[in-house]
Amino acid sequence: MEKRFVYMDHAATTYTKPEVLEAMMPYFTEQFGNASSIYTFGRRSKAAIEEAREKVAKALNALPDEIYFTGGGSEADNWAIKGVAFANRDKGNHIITTKIEHHAVLHTCEYLEKQGFEVTYLDVDEYGMINLEDLKKAITDKTILITIMFANNEIGTIQPIAEIGKIARERGIYFHTDAVQAVGNVNIDVKEMNIDLLSLAAHKFYGPKGVGALYIRKGVKIDNLIHGGGQERKRRAGTENLPGIVGLGKAIELATSNIEEHNRKIKSMRDRLLNGIMEKIPYTKLNGHPEKRLPGNINVSFQFIEGESLLLLLDHYGICASTGSACSSGSLDPSHVLMAIGLPHEIAHGSLRLSLGDLNKEEDVDYVLEVLPQIVQRLRDMSPLYESFIKEGGK
Amino acid sequence: MYSDKVMDHFMNPRNVGEIENPDGVGEVGNAKCGDIMKIYIKVENNRIVDVKFKTFGCGSAIASSSMATELIKGKTLEEAWELTNVAVAEALDGLPPAKMHCSVLAEQAIHKAINDYRIKNGLEPWEDRFTDDDDHHHE
Repeated sequence: MEKRFVYMDHAATTYTKPEVLEAMMPYFTEQFGNASSIYTFGRRSKAAIEEAREKVAKALNALPDEIYFTGGGSEADNWAIKGVAFANRDKGNHIITTKIEHHAVLHTCEYLEKQGFEVTYLDVDEYGMINLEDLKKAITDKTILITIMFANNEIGTIQPIAEIGKIARERGIYFHTDAVQAVGNVNIDVKEMNIDLLSLAAHKFYGPKGVGALYIRKGVKIDNLIHGGGQERKRRAGTENLPGIVGLGKAIELATSNIEEHNRKIKSMRDRLLNGIMEKIPYTKLNGHPEKRLPGNINVSFQFIEGESLLLLLDHYGICASTGSACSSGSLDPSHVLMAIGLPHEIAHGSLRLSLGDLNKEEDVDYVLEVLPQIVQRLRDMSPLYESFIKEGGK
Repeated sequence: MYSDKVMDHFMNPRNVGEIENPDGVGEVGNAKCGDIMKIYIKVENNRIVDVKFKTFGCGSAIASSSMATELIKGKTLEEAWELTNVAVAEALDGLPPAKMHCSVLAEQAIHKAINDYRIKNGLEPWEDRFTDDDDHHHE
């Protein structure tokens, strides 16, 4: 078996597509003018930014005026949550979110709790889905914001966003969704889904790192996060990341132009890999929802082994993947997402996330199906947990 | 993040396995924390003539087990008892701070195996410098 380089960590980040990089290049060396400058050379940069803004708006069915560029997904989440919280303090101090959000949302909410806000962290079921009745019950007359992620980065579960949007809109509560994992993988229509604020990051859909956007529906009351100059219609200060924004525009155009076809291809590889894993490796559990999940996401737990050692061995064979084990993060507990879906610690420690994307080929699936069962068995042969399991008759 | 030595002992662990009818067995850690180490020893004339281990855990837990078993093989029980977690970590050219507890587990597992042998042979167990050996804490 020939060693391959297999990148199956697209949920962590993606490569920048050559056509995206190509679109960006002139804005580094040639057309580098400051978009705020009045002369023609500056106005051309401004025009490029506006063109990118239109592309983002089109991808989400928003208006160009509702798109604000940021320095990435975390900034967009911080802005949406802190900005709405502080601007609407006179109406109430209650925020609703979930236990499985990205840390950019969770830690922002925890910060706001220290500032006197109250936060409800909704539970999720064994598949990582929120319960809409729980959401309705959590709403009080003090609730000013609901922030629930579109799709989960670890287990891939896709939330009922349109239903959440409807509930929020009917009650006059702002609805923000962290769609960082969803853009390019799921059809998004902010109007139809009643989304008031939406965060996205270019590097998750084959754009460059360090650039993102926040969609803010017209009329939403929100404070600024970054204070300074008058860029982004006086709402987000700082000289625009011109090449990054152009790259984001190009990337979102490519990623949303043919979602169905793209997903069909990724999903078929993902399903073949997942079925192969379940077939070849006993004592394996799928984490997340069997159907309502991102097309490229696999999250499985292998009993009796630990995730970090699994990643190290996969890396030895050239395979890039990720785990929710505590030992990979240096913290005491395994992933908060795996804890929230009710996994026992030892099962969470043995989790593996493989996220497929455009870099993958059918040969990668064959290769992982060849390597992974051997690695799991090698670690199980070393595991005292497996030893006692076998001695007790394998029950 | 790991030294070449840690990677070597992780990729090619020494002394993996079990000993049939061991003279002493020590198991420490728990699945909740993500690491369990089990060490088997064979003792002849107060000397560890064979040692094997099984470990559930991260790369450094496996490497620490491998190195620790290498360090006590052929040693008297008194010498083996003196092996500290720091010595195991140093022999591996260091462990990341968050992973030092893996070397503590190795020391504890050896102590437990030695005391298991002593109790089986009607001897007083030696006192471990770690009191809460089942409830190890991450650094």
